[in-house]
Amino acid sequence: MSAATGTSKTGHGDGAAKKKKGPGALATAYLVIYNVVMTAGWLVIAVGLVRAYLARGSYHGLYYSIEKPLKFFQTGALLEILHCAVGIVPSSVVLTGFQVMSRVFLTWAVTHSVREVQSEDSVLLFVSAWTVTEIIRYSFYTFSLLNHLPYLIKWARYTFFFALYPMGVSGELLTIYAALPFVQKTGLYSVTLPNKYNFSFDYHAFLILVMVSYIPLFPQLYFHMIRQRKKVLGHVEDYSKVE
Amino acid sequence: MKYLRTSLHEAHCIFKCKVEPNATIGEIKSMFHKSHPQWYPARQSIRLDPKGKSLKDEDVLQHLPVGTTATFYFRDLGAQISWVTVFLTEYTGPLVLYLMFYFRVSFIYAPKYDFTTSKHWVVHLACMCHSFHFMKRLLETLFVHRFSHGTMPLRNIFKNCTYYWGFAAWMAYYVNHPLYTPPIYGEQQIRLALIIFLFCQIGNFSIHIALRNLRPPGSKTRKIPYPTKNPFTWIFLLVSCPNYTYELGAWFGFTLMTQCLPVAFFTLVGFIQMTVWAKGKHRSYLKEFRDYPPLRSPILPFIL
Repeated sequence: MSAATGTSKTGHGDGAAKKKKGPGALATAYLVIYNVVMTAGWLVIAVGLVRAYLARGSYHGLYYSIEKPLKFFQTGALLEILHCAVGIVPSSVVLTGFQVMSRVFLTWAVTHSVREVQSEDSVLLFVSAWTVTEIIRYSFYTFSLLNHLPYLIKWARYTFFFALYPMGVSGELLTIYAALPFVQKTGLYSVTLPNKYNFSFDYHAFLILVMVSYIPLFPQLYFHMIRQRKKVLGHVEDYSKVE
Repeated sequence: MKYLRTSLHEAHCIFKCKVEPNATIGEIKSMFHKSHPQWYPARQSIRLDPKGKSLKDEDVLQHLPVGTTATFYFRDLGAQISWVTVFLTEYTGPLVLYLMFYFRVSFIYAPKYDFTTSKHWVVHLACMCHSFHFMKRLLETLFVHRFSHGTMPLRNIFKNCTYYWGFAAWMAYYVNHPLYTPPIYGEQQIRLALIIFLFCQIGNFSIHIALRNLRPPGSKTRKIPYPTKNPFTWIFLLVSCPNYTYELGAWFGFTLMTQCLPVAFFTLVGFIQMTVWAKGKHRSYLKEFRDYPPLRSPILPFIL
C-alpha cells in the first residue's frame, strides 16, 4: 500500500518554500549514505529474488531466499520517521510514520508471524512491488541530495507506481486474507476476557479492519501520486489552461 | 473603504462602503453580511494583510493603521458552529452511551445478559461517577463557561464527537461487561480512587468558577488568574491551567477505580491533548502579560 508515496525534496513546490532551511552539510552527507545503503539493500533483495528464481525454476517459496535482508532493510526504514521528526527531511512525520508502519506491520505482524502464508504467491507479489519501488525511490533521493537527478529516475518514480501500487496492494491484501484462518484458529496476538486489565483484542477482527481500511486509503494515496506526477513531470494538457 | 476577496481562484470581490471612523470590525462584518448573506459574521476573517492575523470584532477603525480609505482582506472560515452546541453534543453522547452499556441494552453483550446488572458494586459506583462527570460538564457549558470565541469550524463537531463518543463506548463496554474483573486491591483501591476523583471534580469546578469570575458577563477580557479564598484554587500558584490538572487527576482516579486498560488509554490521550492546550495557553499568558508569575508551569507543578 505504501508503494511510492512520501513527498520528494525536488518538485514539491507548494508550501515548501516558506522556511527552507534544509539539511545542513552533515545531515546531507548522512542522508546520502542512508539512501545509498537502502538502494544497495533493496538491490540485494532484487538480485536474491532473481537468483533464487533461476535456481529453482519456479515462483514458489522465493520469500525464504530474501527473508533476512527484507526484514532488515524494511525495518531500517523506521529511521525515516526520525529524519522527519528531526527535520532533516521535509516530509510529514505522520504521513511517513503511517507509510513505514504499514510496511513494517506487513513484514512482521503478518508475514513473519503467520508462518503458513510465507509460501503464498501473494507474498512474492508485494515483495516484488516493494523491491522495484524502493530501488527507484532511494536512488531518487540519493540523486536529489547530490543535485544530480537524472530525468529517467524522476520519470520512473512518478510513472512505475501506476502498476506497482496496485500490485503491492493486491499482494498485501491477499496475504492478509490468507493469514486470517490461521490467526483465528490459534488466537494469535489476541487477548480475551476475563483478565485483570479488563481489556480484550481480537487480532482476526483487527486484520479484517485493516483490509477494509485499504478501501478509503488506497485511492487517496494513489490519486495523491497522480497529482504529484502532474506537478513534477508537468503535463502537455496543462497548456490548454490558457484559454 | 473596500474589500478584496482572496481566494484560490484569485477572484476579486469589491465591496465598497462608507463608515464612521469609530466603527468596529464587528459592525463592518454585519454590513458585509447584509450584502453577502451567505457569509454570516462568524464565518468572516477580516485582516489588513492577506497573510496576517485576523482582526478582532472589537477593533475600532480609527485605531487601526489605515488612512481615509481602508482596504481589508476577507477570508471565508467555512461553515461555523457554536461552541455551546459542540460541547452539548459531545458531552451528551458519553452520558447516554455509558448508561446504555451499564443497563446492558440488547445487542451489546450476549443475549442472556440483556438488562441484567453487574454483581460488582464498583461498577455501579463507576457509572455514578462517569454520569456525574458528564452532567457536570453539561451544566458548566450552560451556566458557567464564558467563551471567547462564539464558534468553531463545523467539521470539528464530527471530529470531537467521534473522539468522545468512541472512547466512552469503548470504556463502558469493558467496565460493564459481564466478565469484568474488579480492582486487585479491592475496597482500598476503590476508596482511594473515589477520593481522588471527587477531590479533582471539586477542584476542576472551583477553577471553572474562578475563571468565570475573571471575566464580566458578555466581555472577552483576559486577566491573569490568581488564587482565591477557595483552597482548591491555590494551585494557581504553581500551574497556569489547573482545570486541566484536576481533569487529569479525575480521570486518573477513574482509571484506578475501574482498573481498566481502555480507561487508562483514554486518560493518557486526554493528558497529551490537555498538555498541548496548557502549553499553548501558558505561552499566550507569557506573551500577553509581562508580569506573569514565573513560578507557574503549564499543567503539572514544576514538571510540565
